[in-house]
Amino acid sequence: MSLIALLGVLAWAVIRPRGWPEAVAAVPAAVILIAAGAIPAGAAGSAARQLGPVIGFLAAILVLAHLCDDDGLFRACGGWMARTSAGSPRRLLAQVFVIASVTTAVLSLDATVVLLTPVVFATAAWLEVRARPHVYACTHLANSASLLLPVSNLTNLLAFAASGLTFGHFAALMAVPWLAAIGVEYAVFGRFFASDLNTGDLNVRPRRDRARAVRDDADRNEDTGLPVFTVTVVALTLAGFAGASAAGVNPAWAAFAGAMVLAVRALARRRAAPASLVGAADLPFLLFVLSLGIVVKAVTDNGLGQALAPLLPGGTSLPALLATAAVAAALANICNNLPAVLVLLPLAAPSGAGAVLAVLLGVNIGPNLTYTGSLATLLWRRILQHHGSSPDLGEFTRLGLLTVPAGLVIGVLTLWAGLHWF
Amino acid sequence: MTDRDTQLRSVYIWVCEGTWRAGVDAALSLAPADVRFTLLHVTSAEVPDAARGAYAGLLGRGYRAEDDPGTRLEKMAASSAGDLLEAAAARLGRRCERLEIQGRPERAVVAASADADLLVVARDGDRTRLGPKSLGKTTRFVVDHAACPVLLVWPESAPDVATIPPPPHHPSPPDR
Repeated sequence: MSLIALLGVLAWAVIRPRGWPEAVAAVPAAVILIAAGAIPAGAAGSAARQLGPVIGFLAAILVLAHLCDDDGLFRACGGWMARTSAGSPRRLLAQVFVIASVTTAVLSLDATVVLLTPVVFATAAWLEVRARPHVYACTHLANSASLLLPVSNLTNLLAFAASGLTFGHFAALMAVPWLAAIGVEYAVFGRFFASDLNTGDLNVRPRRDRARAVRDDADRNEDTGLPVFTVTVVALTLAGFAGASAAGVNPAWAAFAGAMVLAVRALARRRAAPASLVGAADLPFLLFVLSLGIVVKAVTDNGLGQALAPLLPGGTSLPALLATAAVAAALANICNNLPAVLVLLPLAAPSGAGAVLAVLLGVNIGPNLTYTGSLATLLWRRILQHHGSSPDLGEFTRLGLLTVPAGLVIGVLTLWAGLHWF
Repeated sequence: MTDRDTQLRSVYIWVCEGTWRAGVDAALSLAPADVRFTLLHVTSAEVPDAARGAYAGLLGRGYRAEDDPGTRLEKMAASSAGDLLEAAAARLGRRCERLEIQGRPERAVVAASADADLLVVARDGDRTRLGPKSLGKTTRFVVDHAACPVLLVWPESAPDVATIPPPPHHPSPPDR
């Protein structure tokens, strides 16, 4: 029964009947499972208590990213890339790699996908550079560059709570795998997109007037200079994460403080309405994550955990870490990385922080293998696209096959080495 | 063969980001005054689709049309294509038709130029090492399948003949 509930919740989340929020199915499913006794109310309560701070943390980060966008941070990044890339597609790619990696790490993958990608496209269009490698870089780095900090990805926040690591220790262990995964992507992209990257006509300066592509999206793309105050608040928030965590305080409070400072300022300057801030916190999403956590707990407690346990090798030897990451990547590709990490965390946690981080490598890098990060979403979208123009999946999958296995292996190798050093 | 047969009447120029100037310049220098020019640009759905796929992969975030980066990219791609054709027409400085097509670039270009007397294509590909891969996949497809003569031009000045590597050393056949 729990399994049917989980499958129903996931199917609803992928199909989204009538565009209703995912929580519409997830919340009743969790309530029914508790009422039916599939998960004792006490266990559900403790799961909720564990998820609560994670979800609060997530909400604060979502609001923070939204306010950074309002303050023109991403537009400023676009302007900087346009000015300094000198029209060279390769230099622009390197800049996109830096900005997308940092954005993903600090403001989470949602910020890169929703807020940064359009700016990158507009910049490429302005420079008259073929945008393909640069947009693909955003979509890939939103996953593979989300390894560094607990705030980079919801999967990390969930694992962070389960790993018992401090914020700083987590970042120290993941820093080299993060750089390694980005390095693999960069090496592959340079070769894979060689013909697009060599088309730049370096003798031609970009047109002085902003291209219409940028003007059409003007409200969102007008570069108003680097918002120094916002960047300072984000930097202090980051320092606050590490400081709070080292002092034994939940780093979510630092995220709250940072979001609060920017929110009060935006409200005072009437640059944001309270409604838009509440919208940015995305309450239905938070409810969905909470309910999904409870449903997954019910499923793992009722047999799925035991069924999957033999798949995960215990310990943190190199082969064990590699196998753990591979299983996590496979599971993330079959359903999605969110349920995958919820299922695998309780199994990996007893083996220690190393195993938990290996799960993260799998669920964060793995989704680049499929176009939408999971086969389920992909299949549904294929069914939807009966009107002919289906996306060219071959290209995307070839790119994923080149980056994902290499990224996983090198990521796990560096993690394993890091576990011995730190 | 009469003069009439060799006359170019309809010249298509494939306009691509980064390389179109060379195509326009070559067409101008070669085509007679009374030729009918068509500037052709193809917008592929691939890039907006990649962004839309990434957004669709964010499980649980709901779907807000105004947040879908795919939709924003599609709009920007359309206006960027218009910009490019406008700039190409300005550089050409002659009366011309502008043709904006949605689809797979290689197939769309071959289909659109089927009745042309000449299709002007700027090379793209990895030109750092000249060889089989120095012609990109889409350009290669067009060269292979075009139903009309194709003029392939260098986006920058043509490489010197001296850059051709020496032929591989084979034992010479015995003199007879």
